[in-house]
Amino acid sequence: MTNSITIFKREMISYFYSPVAYIVIAVFLLSSGYFFARILALTQQATLMYSLANTQVILSILAPVITMRLMAEEVKSGTIEMLMTAPVTDFEVVFGKFLAALFLYLVMLAPTLLYVVFLGWVGEPDMGPIMASYIGLTLMGAMFVSVGLLMSALTKNQIIAGVLGIVSLLILFYLGYAVSGTEGWYVPVLQYIGTFDHWEPFTKGLVDTKDVIYYLSITVLCLFVTVRLVESRKWR
Amino acid sequence: MIQVEHLTKRYGDKTAVDDISFQVHEGEILGFLGPNGAGKSTTMRILTGFLPATSGNAKVAGYDVFTDSLNVRKQIGYLPENVPLYHEMRVSEYLMFRAQLKGVSRKERRAKIQEALEKCGVIEVQNQIVGTLSKGYRQRVGLADTMVHDPRILILDEPTIGLDPNQIRQVRALIKELGKRHTILLSTHILPEVEMICGRVIIINKGKLVAMDTPENLISKLRGVATIHLEARGPFGQIKAGLEGVPGVLSVKGEDGTETHRFVIETDKGRDAREEIFRAFVDNSWVLLEMKKETVTLEEVFHQITTREAEEAVPGGEEPAFKGGIKETVSSLFSKIRG
Repeated sequence: MTNSITIFKREMISYFYSPVAYIVIAVFLLSSGYFFARILALTQQATLMYSLANTQVILSILAPVITMRLMAEEVKSGTIEMLMTAPVTDFEVVFGKFLAALFLYLVMLAPTLLYVVFLGWVGEPDMGPIMASYIGLTLMGAMFVSVGLLMSALTKNQIIAGVLGIVSLLILFYLGYAVSGTEGWYVPVLQYIGTFDHWEPFTKGLVDTKDVIYYLSITVLCLFVTVRLVESRKWR
Repeated sequence: MIQVEHLTKRYGDKTAVDDISFQVHEGEILGFLGPNGAGKSTTMRILTGFLPATSGNAKVAGYDVFTDSLNVRKQIGYLPENVPLYHEMRVSEYLMFRAQLKGVSRKERRAKIQEALEKCGVIEVQNQIVGTLSKGYRQRVGLADTMVHDPRILILDEPTIGLDPNQIRQVRALIKELGKRHTILLSTHILPEVEMICGRVIIINKGKLVAMDTPENLISKLRGVATIHLEARGPFGQIKAGLEGVPGVLSVKGEDGTETHRFVIETDKGRDAREEIFRAFVDNSWVLLEMKKETVTLEEVFHQITTREAEEAVPGGEEPAFKGGIKETVSSLFSKIRG
């Protein structure tokens, strides 16, 4: 665990020494701020529900940008050789990097708390759904980041890793959305796999075990596969 | 300290390391010599646990490199070829990260990092970003990293590659210094380096171990005939005949000059004929201006061992004999670079 913390600290240094963190945060705040302001002006309701519904797509694009370099860059620059010949396990490395990406994700979300403050100033928002939304955003972030990390372990080209991450998260998002309203045995399956239906309850203030388990299980699965992929480097 | 037994590594149908066995004893500096692509880096990667071997086994400090990889990695400091570093970090941050990762306790960390910075001469760049450093400094940052947790064994893959002559000299001196406290396995394809630093040499070629000995022994083993160069003054014919009469002399080639004559004498291996040659000159009152015994360099040993197969395959493709002088060394190096 201490090794994961060490890796985490190093990744944080790298994030904030490179422009990536600042660009990602700026893009996120610009787009989420725009939606927040527009939707607030249109609906005149003191709620984050509608603006957060859009956030999922923005995050599907930004989370893989945060994670794309994590493993790919190590392999490409050869630093993986230094890293893996130090006394650390593959899991410690993967987990440390996961923590770093999740932390940056949360740093990115933190300024949106100002929207809540603003809502409290102009109206009387219902805090229940807002708190549930932030719990949901954190869980969703863990999942998105783990998917992105998995893609980064697949290739040594970080652009490919990023694109793979974005595409898979967007497919997951539209999977449940696309079949809603149709009939067939596959509809509940796809809706369960898709992220859309798991996110909506949070925005309404509902923290359902089913959704929590969904996010956590995909996160664990992706981390597990990532560790295996890192191990498999030895056999390729 | 390091025991390697029948180590083999295959990539697909290509054999990178072919049944290599050797040992590195505690406190010695072992040179791992071979042309590019001979399997040096692969062997080192197996020893550091970065790659698994196809067959055979290796032990480092008593731990098996495959089943006990974490313990092995605690005992070694490894400098990979090309020294991959995180370019966005500062030198001190990087070393702090590495020290933490290698389990240097919080109390000792500052002191150990300071010591490594000082020893490797990177103290003046400790606050610089790694990416802005010159190749020589990066190399030394890499070296500082290998020793920051005070490991028992250092494994250095081509530590002087890509440095300028001054930096090479500094790094060599540093490695020699480190050799007093650590067991070192280092690879190189630069021969004088091995002669200067290493107590023992392993030569590998195309994945096979072709020679293992001290540099001196390798040289003396190879020496088939000893060659002596002479410069003399006196009657040419008589001197030549006199030299041919010296016991142990196989052949004499002479060059009849107006003032002085030059001779190249080949003698039996293992027999120093110089004293008898000198007596022959004294007895006949000829003037001996110069007498030089040609020494075989490790470079020649290396060249002969690693190209033997190729030469056998192409009869008559022999290169001109190596003379051993500074001029010849430089010019042969230049021709190698151009070739």
